[in-house]
Amino acid sequence: MTSRIRWIAANTFREAVRDRVLYNLIAFAVLMSGAAILVGQISIDIERLVVVNLGLTAVSLFGVIIAIFVGIGLVSKEIEKRTLYTVLSRPVRRWEFIVGKFFGLAGTLAVNTFFMAIGVFAAVLYVSRHFQKADGWILVALYFIVLQFVILTSLALLFSSFSSPLLSAVFAFSLFVIGSFSEDLRGFAGMTHGVTSWLATGAAYLVPNFSALNVITSVAHEQPVAGHLIFYNTAYALLYATMVLCGAVLVFQRRNLK
Amino acid sequence: MSSRRWNAIFFVLLLIACMAGSVFFLQRVDQLRSGATLGEVLYIPSPKVLKRLSLGYSGLLADIYWTRAVQYFGGKHHEGAEHFDLLAPLLEITTTLDPQLVVAYQYGANFLAPKPPNGAGQPQRAIDLVEFGIRHNPNDWKLYYEEGFIYYTELKDYARAANAFARGSRVPNAHPFLKLLAGRMAEQAGSIETARLMWTAAYQTTQDKAIRANALAHLRALQVDEDVTTLEGLAARYKDQTGQFPSSFSQMESAGFMRGVPLDPLGRPYRLLPDGRVQVVSPDDFPFIERGTPPGYKPPATPKFLPSD
Repeated sequence: MTSRIRWIAANTFREAVRDRVLYNLIAFAVLMSGAAILVGQISIDIERLVVVNLGLTAVSLFGVIIAIFVGIGLVSKEIEKRTLYTVLSRPVRRWEFIVGKFFGLAGTLAVNTFFMAIGVFAAVLYVSRHFQKADGWILVALYFIVLQFVILTSLALLFSSFSSPLLSAVFAFSLFVIGSFSEDLRGFAGMTHGVTSWLATGAAYLVPNFSALNVITSVAHEQPVAGHLIFYNTAYALLYATMVLCGAVLVFQRRNLK
Repeated sequence: MSSRRWNAIFFVLLLIACMAGSVFFLQRVDQLRSGATLGEVLYIPSPKVLKRLSLGYSGLLADIYWTRAVQYFGGKHHEGAEHFDLLAPLLEITTTLDPQLVVAYQYGANFLAPKPPNGAGQPQRAIDLVEFGIRHNPNDWKLYYEEGFIYYTELKDYARAANAFARGSRVPNAHPFLKLLAGRMAEQAGSIETARLMWTAAYQTTQDKAIRANALAHLRALQVDEDVTTLEGLAARYKDQTGQFPSSFSQMESAGFMRGVPLDPLGRPYRLLPDGRVQVVSPDDFPFIERGTPPGYKPPATPKFLPSD
């Protein structure tokens, strides 16, 4: 079972690399080096701040775009190319296929983020001339960004399991936007009463919570991130992604592929 | 049962367990980041940029921002806050998005003008807001009334208040009160009678319960201030005649200074102190009173409006 999931995940990773997904690293490198050089010349005393903000934002946005646009094709593309039939004709269960695909794309994004992280730290080193203790929090911000990707990948995969790529992209991107405002949503839900309150609270908890996973600004200001938040965010992201994956598996298992 | 069905049951159970777990941890995250929810943040502070970004759906966006302004003020007011930093920007965004949203000027000015904790303590921004409203809704007499009201109550600028009421009285279908207020403001702006007229107008020109309760509380406070002034004057006269302050209102009654024991606007007797001062029994029930309170009395952060209001 594990080897089959690993095999599908490795193939997904290989396919993403073959699709030149990692080429975004070049754009990222250009962006970071350009920003690092330019910001020192056009601003005063916010070089590190700008580089951290810009770097982490770019890591997040590049990853979100990849997660959505690669994720939405993970299942539908296999059906379109008819390669899915070849895979499923072997002793591979449908849920293994979904889980393998998930790990493949999540792995691709983790590798991508790893290289981008090197770029961010190189740019920080360039503008600050040295590392400081507070730079360690950048790693936490990067970790949270990876958790965002994990959730988003599972969502893209869920939509890909039953919808067309275009609609899947729209759904996944919409949920990303909604999830970025989820704290406000829960705040508004808390102000309602009666049945409306139940419905609003339910909806607010059902959408993914991306806002707590975004600590870019505080990290840029060298503010620490609470250990509890790291633990809760990790638990939340993994549970939420597993929940969505279960949904994807259930949908995919019932799908008629004939 | 087939393995496929077992699989399905397993994944359904796992899904439910994960959902419960994710909600649990999300609640823990919210507890850690309690300030983040609806916190002091305006994602896009520029009203003009926001209007362009609304892609023509500015009416709906204005409604959302107005709701947010109300919730913001309500939340801050409830906790007795001294600062309402986002209130003015929220109102400016709301009214820029929908300049015809008259309710935002009316209530918004009432939120902005009074001193904290009853409001944001920004009367000039309240005036600016109402002026913006008047420019876009020149035929709405309520806006002139609001402007005059703020000039009168918060800025004590009676000339401008009179001017605002006079402008409003010339608007078609204006409330007759405006002409009366304009005249009164020009003649005897600082008197208790004018203040009473203002708050009576405030009470009669709205159906909003909160504003009516506020107006009633002010009217009661004016009555108390007037009563205390009168009663203390009578006690002083009693002393002039007898050489000492009266020990009770009954004593003053016997001496022919009054008929019956005086009652406050809530029907409770006033308290006469040995030094001739007069106090209300329960000052918390009379927010806004300036006289009749015990020495060193501090009113509660949030004014107490009575259920009957």
